[in-house]
Amino acid sequence: MKQKSKSYIEWLLTLPSFGWLAFFFIVPTIIVFAIAFKPAGVNGGIGEGWTLESIRNLIQPSYPEIIFRTLWISLVTTAACMFLSTPVAYWLALQPAKRRQWLTLLIILPFWTNFLIRIFAWKTLLHAEGWLKHLLVAVGLVHPDTILLYNSGAILVVLIYTYLPFAILPIYAAAEKFDFSLMDAALDLGSSRLRAFVQVFIPGIKMGLFTALMVVLIPALGSYAIPDIVGGASSEMIGNKIAQRTFVDRNLPHASALSACLALAVLLPMIISILTKDSRLMKKGGGKKV
Amino acid sequence: MEHFIELRDICKSYGEQIAVSNANLQLKKGEVFSLLGPSGCGKTTLLRILGGFQYPDSGRVIVNGQDITNLPANKRPINTVFQNYALFPNMTVWDNIAFGLRVAKKTKKEVGLEVERMLELIDMQAHARKKPSEISGGQKQRVAIARALVNKPQLLLLDEPLAALDLKLRQRMLVELDNIHDEVGITFLYVTHDQGEAMSLSDRIAVMDNGRIEQIGSPVEIYEAPKSSFVAAFIGDTNFMSGQVSEIIDKEYCRLDLEDFGEVIAWKDKPIQKGEHVDITIRPEKFRLLRQKPKPTEKQNALPGVVEDIIYLGAQTKYWVRVGDIRVSVQQQHGRFMLDENPITWDEKVWVCWHANDGYMLQRFAEEDANMLSIPPEEDNTEDEAEV
Repeated sequence: MKQKSKSYIEWLLTLPSFGWLAFFFIVPTIIVFAIAFKPAGVNGGIGEGWTLESIRNLIQPSYPEIIFRTLWISLVTTAACMFLSTPVAYWLALQPAKRRQWLTLLIILPFWTNFLIRIFAWKTLLHAEGWLKHLLVAVGLVHPDTILLYNSGAILVVLIYTYLPFAILPIYAAAEKFDFSLMDAALDLGSSRLRAFVQVFIPGIKMGLFTALMVVLIPALGSYAIPDIVGGASSEMIGNKIAQRTFVDRNLPHASALSACLALAVLLPMIISILTKDSRLMKKGGGKKV
Repeated sequence: MEHFIELRDICKSYGEQIAVSNANLQLKKGEVFSLLGPSGCGKTTLLRILGGFQYPDSGRVIVNGQDITNLPANKRPINTVFQNYALFPNMTVWDNIAFGLRVAKKTKKEVGLEVERMLELIDMQAHARKKPSEISGGQKQRVAIARALVNKPQLLLLDEPLAALDLKLRQRMLVELDNIHDEVGITFLYVTHDQGEAMSLSDRIAVMDNGRIEQIGSPVEIYEAPKSSFVAAFIGDTNFMSGQVSEIIDKEYCRLDLEDFGEVIAWKDKPIQKGEHVDITIRPEKFRLLRQKPKPTEKQNALPGVVEDIIYLGAQTKYWVRVGDIRVSVQQQHGRFMLDENPITWDEKVWVCWHANDGYMLQRFAEEDANMLSIPPEEDNTEDEAEV
């Protein structure tokens, strides 16, 4: 009886956030998908009836290049963030508890400054007359004629900078729970530190790595502000195209079709990975019964 | 004979805190050696220094004549069974055991043969494909041992390996550990705070306290002839008494005048002179309780006392008897059917008897070690009344 009322309260407590998600995420997503099948209105609104015109319009010669660029920039960003975060998280988890608190504070420190201001700061850094450029030229790392701003490289640098803390935090959370006596055990059995890191530590924090992957890859695919500010006309991403269709062309169905494409590109692999994981769990359970 | 494994003058401190000071140990090939002591006594630090997880501030670690003090853990011929097993959760039992062999770049065939041999030793063939999360605590323990033994180390370190198991399982694993040791013949260094485990498994024991090794000896030596009050009180239960030597009887015996207790005859465990201060320890099971005063014999002590507390433990009964001003803890084994007997009860006047050889003279005595003994607090009625 007591158990029953407790689960009832738990259910009640999850209701607000569940309702919030349903109302402000699931419903709008469905609306976006639906608008993709509407004709464009003459004055920029949504017309009457249903059509596949927007879907057909997705086959535009400029799109494959933009989609390809969006994919590689996002994937490289994600890979770089995870690659840089994992050693940081490992090191952090081994620090004394008190120092760890200060260090995590330092990691989230950039969040105290507005996102847009930080991107503009990068613009002044990478600018032809910016001091980072001057510094790199002075050190001899960069030729004076090289352009650091308004290209894919600039987008990549700023994306990695922006999403690095988002990758460090979940990996660190997993590393903090990792049992470091396992590393001792691996060394004890003759393994090198690198081997122990790859074969014992990495599998031990894989849930953190998976979270980091999601937290970086999904927003990176949908980036708009960063390529808009530090990218140029030749380095547009899907996010910029969606914005252009919405605000400049005022073609909402076309923008919706593009968004739907992006959403599917993110959702499908996720759903597939969750389904295969589930079936693996089911198999495990079935095996136990036998 | 050269000692197989040797720790020479090992010192280690963490900042201000001294973990180990001047530890010297020699292990013989093939023996089971225990480091026994309360938590924080430095036994785990010594184990980690042997394993190569920590380096001593000074001193040397020598295995088989080779100085390995500066070798890292992965280069030492030493393997460890960790306290919480530390099995790799992402690998199966089979892969856990194979880990060391694969690191050593053994061929696939060798790995297969060795792992199967180990699985047979620990009787886990049926569970080879399971993950550590799918097996029980005792099984994990056995896998951890097999994983550590598979590379045929010169020395196996066991860090409180049974601490996480329940009592019954612990006793079974003790026997199993003993069998595994008989089978593989590798030198074991066993770290524990449980005196029962150390006594039943070890060939020799080093008792540690506050970073120092108090005494090294066989379980019998440690129990029967403790050098210090710490060793006497930490291993089992005992009684401490102090006093002066009042008379040297002959080469072997002397008479002691024990404070608040009485005059007794004792065996001379160390060279002493008349008038010298001595501290002796007498184990509770060495005493006998009698209703009638026994016939005085030369080497028997008998002092009158009053029974103050009794705890019935099934196989034994514990008594606390006031003799003079001292509460003596006495333990009696029941030889026959208790219900037929006429047992000694509270407030009964008894004679506490023991042989002169049953006391042991301590080399070092510290007052605070008496706090470890199982003497119950005295009921002080006057104080209670004063409060009311």
